[in-house]
Amino acid sequence: MTTIAIDNVSRWFGNVVAVNDVTMNIGPGVTGLLGPNGAGKSTLINMMGGFLAPSTGSVTLDGDPIWRNEQAYRHIGIVPEREAMYDFLTGREFVIANAELHGLPDPRGAARKALDTVEMDYAGSRKIATYSKGMRQRVKMASALVHEPSVLLLDEPFNGMDPRQRMQLMDLLRRMGAEGRTVLFSSHILEEVEQLAAHIEVIVAGRHAASGDFRKIRRLMTDRPHRYLVRSSDDRALAAALIADPSTTGIEVDASTGVDGGLHIQAVDFARFTELLPRVARDQGIRLLTVSPSDESLESVFSYLVAA
Amino acid sequence: MSSLYHPTVARLTYRALLGRRRALILFTLPGLLLIISLAVRLLTGSDDGTADAILGGFAMATMVPLIGVIAGTGAIGPEIDDGSVIYLLAKPVKRPTIIVTKLIVAIGVTAAFSAIPTLLAGFVLNGNANQLAVGYAVAAAVASVAYSAVFLLLGTVTRHAVIAGLVYALVWETFFGSVVAGARKLSVQQWALALGQKVADGDVITSDVGLATGVILLLVVTVGATWYAGRKLRSLTLAGEE
Repeated sequence: MTTIAIDNVSRWFGNVVAVNDVTMNIGPGVTGLLGPNGAGKSTLINMMGGFLAPSTGSVTLDGDPIWRNEQAYRHIGIVPEREAMYDFLTGREFVIANAELHGLPDPRGAARKALDTVEMDYAGSRKIATYSKGMRQRVKMASALVHEPSVLLLDEPFNGMDPRQRMQLMDLLRRMGAEGRTVLFSSHILEEVEQLAAHIEVIVAGRHAASGDFRKIRRLMTDRPHRYLVRSSDDRALAAALIADPSTTGIEVDASTGVDGGLHIQAVDFARFTELLPRVARDQGIRLLTVSPSDESLESVFSYLVAA
Repeated sequence: MSSLYHPTVARLTYRALLGRRRALILFTLPGLLLIISLAVRLLTGSDDGTADAILGGFAMATMVPLIGVIAGTGAIGPEIDDGSVIYLLAKPVKRPTIIVTKLIVAIGVTAAFSAIPTLLAGFVLNGNANQLAVGYAVAAAVASVAYSAVFLLLGTVTRHAVIAGLVYALVWETFFGSVVAGARKLSVQQWALALGQKVADGDVITSDVGLATGVILLLVVTVGATWYAGRKLRSLTLAGEE
């Protein structure tokens, strides 16, 4: 049982707050760290990996601080997001070097096993410089697994991978989680996290926005107020009919762009509203010209979670 | 592992140093020195004054610091720049061990590509008369140590280590030193020459500082720079690019 405890952690860079008073525990199994780009996921992972000191609060591995504690790396394997490796080495040489740096008794044996695990043994004697992105990712994995760590930290591991590589890596991480390792990976794609992680931590604008299993997170995300832009043959009549229903909480007539500026509608009950709108239009004899969600960006989905 | 030397770190460092394109300069400069020396010897014969001018003016003043910049900054700078240093840092290896190992490799490479060619050039130029070749080779070797430490530190603290190193090596040591007399007292080159002077016969090699001053300053700079580089590496922050 290995647990990373993040306790009231903030981290700022100059005047910019990257992580704002976050508290979470990452335990065995696969955990997904979900958030839009720039939310502070990498900052958090860097602190868990001991490459950044928290400005306040503490990041500990089973009670020991990770910052400035080289011994913590006996238990942690890190798969960085950045591509750079020792490109002049072969994959096997690289993994062996990692094993030696860990002081393992049989570096070659450990490297062979790790390369086997990521199915890269066949390309082990090729130079890393010749590897594809997916192969690099797998060799990075092998180097992180070579000392059989109980914690695995991966920063955006699926970035730039093709679907097949993605599936392979997901299988591998699932296996690691099932073996009782603490696996944490970051991603800005909900579907990715949903497929893999039993437990999800959501981070938005440096804040810990939500925590739970993917069903809970999914529900939070669909239950939020939705905003729509609707244009019709009679905006004002439509607005009057819609506002009478409790599924809407606000309607604004957009007069800025002239006559058919349309309506900005805020709906709180997603299911009910999507059923209401066409019915009201039909009953009132109004033609709907445009119906489009105006804030489906991940950013707005997430910022709703922060407020919730 | 409590030793200050890690063979794996050393292997990765020298392979990176000798594998990069800038390593070509490591071969070019000593090659140039030997060609010039050979040409001068053939054209003007053996002459202490000429030998001193070439070994002091080119080998010590230009070649040694340049090779020091390449080996010293190259031993760690590129790894920090591209982030691959993470593979060294995320290990149960003490950070000072990483620095000292890299320093040893940088010293080895700098000395191999500067002190040895200087010695050879000295023999070519005047057959080591008055111990001139040995004197300059010793000075080059000693300077290699201090340069490596200083430039390794630069590589640890700034992304512009090569530029900063070149500015120091060429502007401070070469140009400034020839204009402002005081600047010469604060120069790795002069401190190392103080040792060279001691080794060579007579006063063929000259230095602006005394032997004791030179040795003390060399030690202070080498130890200080190495200690500080180890400290910086301990709190090295890998800025997350999101």
